[in-house]
Amino acid sequence: MDLKQLYQDIILEHGKSPRNLGKCEGYSHEAKGYNPLCGDKVHVYLKLDNGKKVEGLTFEGDGCAISLASTSIMTELVKGKSFDEVKEIMNAFLDMITNTSKIQSNHLDEDQKTKLMSLSGVKQFPMRVKCATLAWHTLNSAIEGKKKEVNTEAID
Amino acid sequence: MNIENIKSQFPIFSKKINGKPLVYLDSSNSSQKPMCVINRLNDFYKNEFSNIGRSIHSLAVNATNKFEETRVSVKNFINAKFKEEIIFTKNATEAINLVAATFGQQNIEKGDEIIITELEHHSNYVPWHFLRETKKAIIKFAPINEDGDIIVDKFKELITSKTKIVAVTHLSNVTGTIVPIKEIVEIAHKKNVPVLVDGCQSVPHIKVDVADLDCDFYAFSAHKVYGPTGVGILYAKKKWLEKLPPYIGGGAMISEVKKDKIIYAPLPEKYEAGTMPTAEVITFNESIKFMESIGKDNLMKHEKEITNYALEKLRKINSVKIIGNPKNKAGVIAFTIKGIHPHDIATILDEDGVAIRAGHHCCQIFHEKMNLTATARASIGIYNTKDDIDVLCNAIQNCRKIFDLK
Repeated sequence: MDLKQLYQDIILEHGKSPRNLGKCEGYSHEAKGYNPLCGDKVHVYLKLDNGKKVEGLTFEGDGCAISLASTSIMTELVKGKSFDEVKEIMNAFLDMITNTSKIQSNHLDEDQKTKLMSLSGVKQFPMRVKCATLAWHTLNSAIEGKKKEVNTEAID
Repeated sequence: MNIENIKSQFPIFSKKINGKPLVYLDSSNSSQKPMCVINRLNDFYKNEFSNIGRSIHSLAVNATNKFEETRVSVKNFINAKFKEEIIFTKNATEAINLVAATFGQQNIEKGDEIIITELEHHSNYVPWHFLRETKKAIIKFAPINEDGDIIVDKFKELITSKTKIVAVTHLSNVTGTIVPIKEIVEIAHKKNVPVLVDGCQSVPHIKVDVADLDCDFYAFSAHKVYGPTGVGILYAKKKWLEKLPPYIGGGAMISEVKKDKIIYAPLPEKYEAGTMPTAEVITFNESIKFMESIGKDNLMKHEKEITNYALEKLRKINSVKIIGNPKNKAGVIAFTIKGIHPHDIATILDEDGVAIRAGHHCCQIFHEKMNLTATARASIGIYNTKDDIDVLCNAIQNCRKIFDLK
């Protein structure tokens, strides 16, 4: 285990100054997520454009550096993507963090992949995986229009 | 007292964690085990194992005797009057559930009030919440102040003719507040209200004398007192145990079973149904002997010294904030670092071999009251030294460096 791999500069920077913080105007989808083990909370707001692609994704929340950075990076990467594309990226991210440590996606450019890869170190810290995945599960819940709050303890 | 000698009795401290010597500051969660305890458990399974109770053979007689010896040791350790007042359970949580369920069944009706405090661990709240659900009871929370002390006058005002029981911790697992139990019991008893005390954090660290406290119920667990997991202890005044209904039904808790009637066993078996954690209860006797060999005065003096040293050093670190400043504080130190989430602190400290806890420590009511989502917590045990605190403080400086805090 290596702390430098976990707390890379990009994570610390996003953790300190998360992007797309707040509630966006005219959002059509939203969902809340909660990690009862550490108290991390996230509330995502999703706005679609005319072509049913993500125009904006913002969030309100409170959490550790890993959770905030993961959410912040997510809000940047999904802009301009369709729901199907977002889901593909989400699955690629979950696969990276729990399984392969690599990101395989047809919908991300190299820069974007590098950004997501900065979170791959989390895989070595099993207690922290849920910190990184909370935002993605919550976004998925927003897309699927689920009413119930996402709870990390109720996800396999 | 030679503290190095005591640390050497705990084999885990010869292990390395992430390549570093272990600095264990999570004793409020559970304590490490001395060799005498580990050996006893091993020895019992190897040479003496039998279930207790009904069998006639020699092994069973020996195991039964040893099991009862622990009961007597516990009785003496907390100064109970009768050995029948000591009931073994699975853990302290089960001990509190036992009281809530049986007392509630017999004494709680719609609109009756249960008083707990804002300091309580979830295990001294959720069992009472069950009565709120099933019996439509009302739970009132005695408030705490900014320092983490229970406001005794406010507690006093909460008691009405509807109040049926008070449940309160002896020592907070977040702020380390030592609660003035004797005063609380006196106030409650003046209104004929019984008191249950959650003693999980107090029994390992301060003197506990249930006769002096005069409380009605006292619950604690063995694993926090340098003992094995799987054992909780409920002390209850005999008059309550005789009057209350049984809790779990099955073998051992009965004296006669017919098709049309069942007669329950006398105390303490009435509350000890089924096979008990035999080996663990027997082993717990070694933990008590270990505690007694140190002596509570020595133990308290040592832990106070380490706690004061830790508080002094932590307060000098920029951006570290200690949560609560109670009048009487034991070795439980919850803190935050401005700009670093407690989970990040715990992960970084772990890399330096420092084991602390981060989160709400099963005290969400407290954290909400203090406007906190989570805290980091360092808790002191008999084996901790000033060197441990130095390592903790260096590891915190490392956190600040990683997060580039000024």
